[in-house]
Amino acid sequence: MNAVLEISGLQKTYRSRKGVRRALDGFDMVVESGQVHGFLGPNGSGKTTTLRTLLGLIKPNGGRMAILGAEVPQHLPEVAGRVGAIVESPQFFPHFTAQDTLSLLADAGDVPAVRVTEVLELVGLRDRAKDRVKTYSLGMKQRLAVASALLKQPALLILDEPANGLDPGGIREMRTLMRHLAESGMTVVLSSHILGEIQLICDSVTIISAGRRVAAGSVADVLAQHHSSSTRVRIEPGVDLLAVAELLRSNGAQVTLEQDHLMVTNVERPAWITWVLAQQNVWVSELSPVVVDLESVFLELTGTAPVEGENRQVDQSAIAPTVAKGGWGQ
Amino acid sequence: MSLYRAETRRLTKRRFTRWLVIGALVVLVLVAVGVALTNKKVGPAEIAEAKAEATASFQENLRYAQEELQRCQAAVGTAEASRYPTDCSQMYMPTEEEYDYRGYMDSTFDFRANFGNMITTWAALLAMMAFVVGASYVGAEWSTGGMMNLLLWRPQRLKVLGTKLGALLSGLAVLSVVVAVLWTGLFVLIASLRGTLDGMTAGAWQSFALTELRGLVLILVSAAVGFGLASLGRHTALALGAVVGAIVVFQFGLVTVLSLAQVKYAEAWLLPTWALTWMDKKVVLQDYNSCNFSAVSGCQPPELTLTWPMAGGLMAIAVFLVVGAAMWTMRSRDIT
Repeated sequence: MNAVLEISGLQKTYRSRKGVRRALDGFDMVVESGQVHGFLGPNGSGKTTTLRTLLGLIKPNGGRMAILGAEVPQHLPEVAGRVGAIVESPQFFPHFTAQDTLSLLADAGDVPAVRVTEVLELVGLRDRAKDRVKTYSLGMKQRLAVASALLKQPALLILDEPANGLDPGGIREMRTLMRHLAESGMTVVLSSHILGEIQLICDSVTIISAGRRVAAGSVADVLAQHHSSSTRVRIEPGVDLLAVAELLRSNGAQVTLEQDHLMVTNVERPAWITWVLAQQNVWVSELSPVVVDLESVFLELTGTAPVEGENRQVDQSAIAPTVAKGGWGQ
Repeated sequence: MSLYRAETRRLTKRRFTRWLVIGALVVLVLVAVGVALTNKKVGPAEIAEAKAEATASFQENLRYAQEELQRCQAAVGTAEASRYPTDCSQMYMPTEEEYDYRGYMDSTFDFRANFGNMITTWAALLAMMAFVVGASYVGAEWSTGGMMNLLLWRPQRLKVLGTKLGALLSGLAVLSVVVAVLWTGLFVLIASLRGTLDGMTAGAWQSFALTELRGLVLILVSAAVGFGLASLGRHTALALGAVVGAIVVFQFGLVTVLSLAQVKYAEAWLLPTWALTWMDKKVVLQDYNSCNFSAVSGCQPPELTLTWPMAGGLMAIAVFLVVGAAMWTMRSRDIT
């Protein structure tokens, strides 16, 4: 497959009176053609900075980027007509109607006027097209933003939090739309915090933390790489959990003591736990292998899982280990 | 061309632009109505009557002055002499020129004498409107995120900002020319019905046309400066704030301080002085705190003459600095 979007060693540093902040610290990303690609990261990790830099809104301090085979920002004007994007929250002039807003963009981009009607129909705003944008809900503005990105029938669609503000029906519609767009050959890059949605929609993901890539690949691969093979174990009431934990540890398992159960890892098969405990007349009431999902992998990789009694601050996330330079051409 | 068309549409679709244009037109119409109502057509009979009245007034005042002169001369050497000057020939004696017949008849709109002021009114009002339209046009784009959306479609920053400025200036130029033509036509009508068009030679028409051309330049400069300031600050409020700041600091504060310090030609720091210089081609400032003595005319204050090329140079520098800075920051800034 061809890479539609390639980023290698991207760097962006912000300087202020408070000091220097490295928003992007050698970030790499590759998106293959025809995929729906999830771009994940905690708040302040560099997602939006990456997208803005890619789209020519922010000037990078280093690194290389290419869209549809053209190096950007140098050749961005040549490929901009094939890239549809919304970045962060949708922003439109509040006193214009949706029809006017899209029509002006179509004029500026040499897009046929008929396309305006088509995208309004596609995102479900046909009947509200002549209302002023200031009367729209957040979800409707989000639909309008997606419509503006789709207006030029892009080969690459970049959407930053497109489900933000959508009702459950809207989220499902958005999911279906993304899938249809990908089936039609469009490549979609999707930034979102709704990880369940990403897991359902996306073929591949890139996870960013503290300005660096911490995981990338197909959703199945990322889940497999971080599968912890943990098993939840509950014991019949009246048995000392601490003693049971020690027993398993002495047999080589890694055990985390929870309030009313144990989490056991480093065992080949869950049945081994039953066998070890049964030999000591300890009977198991629940033995469930924990299925890893994208959310738990995300929280583990970015170090943003909530900890009881602590208030995590925005910039507190996992610092990625130094990785070998990836990206294209490496 | 498509971007220019889109920007022209965006400018004319804006409600704020429409209301400001309507507001400016309403004020201009009110000025014209006011001029029409306060002037009256004057015929030969009215002129003759005014001339007779002026002559009568002159004669009466001359007689009174001559009586006073006689009393002064009679009082020499008496106790009454203290009421009069030592030299009676120094007493005021009216002249016929001081009793212009035009002061004795109803006001009439003399197109040749008065239309110049009306052109200045048109230019000043439209320049203020153009400043606010220019500032809000780009300021609202920045503050609502419209500029960012547009740059996602056209990632050519200077071209986008330049096209916006071009659309603004060309739109305002068309509007100003149309309004100038209507304004001139309206005052020709007023002069025909409530005054006179006497003396309107080809040279006079050409002079008015050139004044209107300078007015058009003033309007466009004002729009460009408003546009540039709002683009620099990425908000309409910055441009408006800069103007309020300039008025408070320069127009009131600085001039007050300079006047107190008896600095020469403090009026030269007033923006309206330069606007007037541009429109009237010349403004002469006088330093009343100094004296150039002349045996013929006595004490004359020294003068500073401001000319329209000087005002034009200042406007060019202002546009170059503000629009240049806006373009430079547009090229280099991160858009967040």
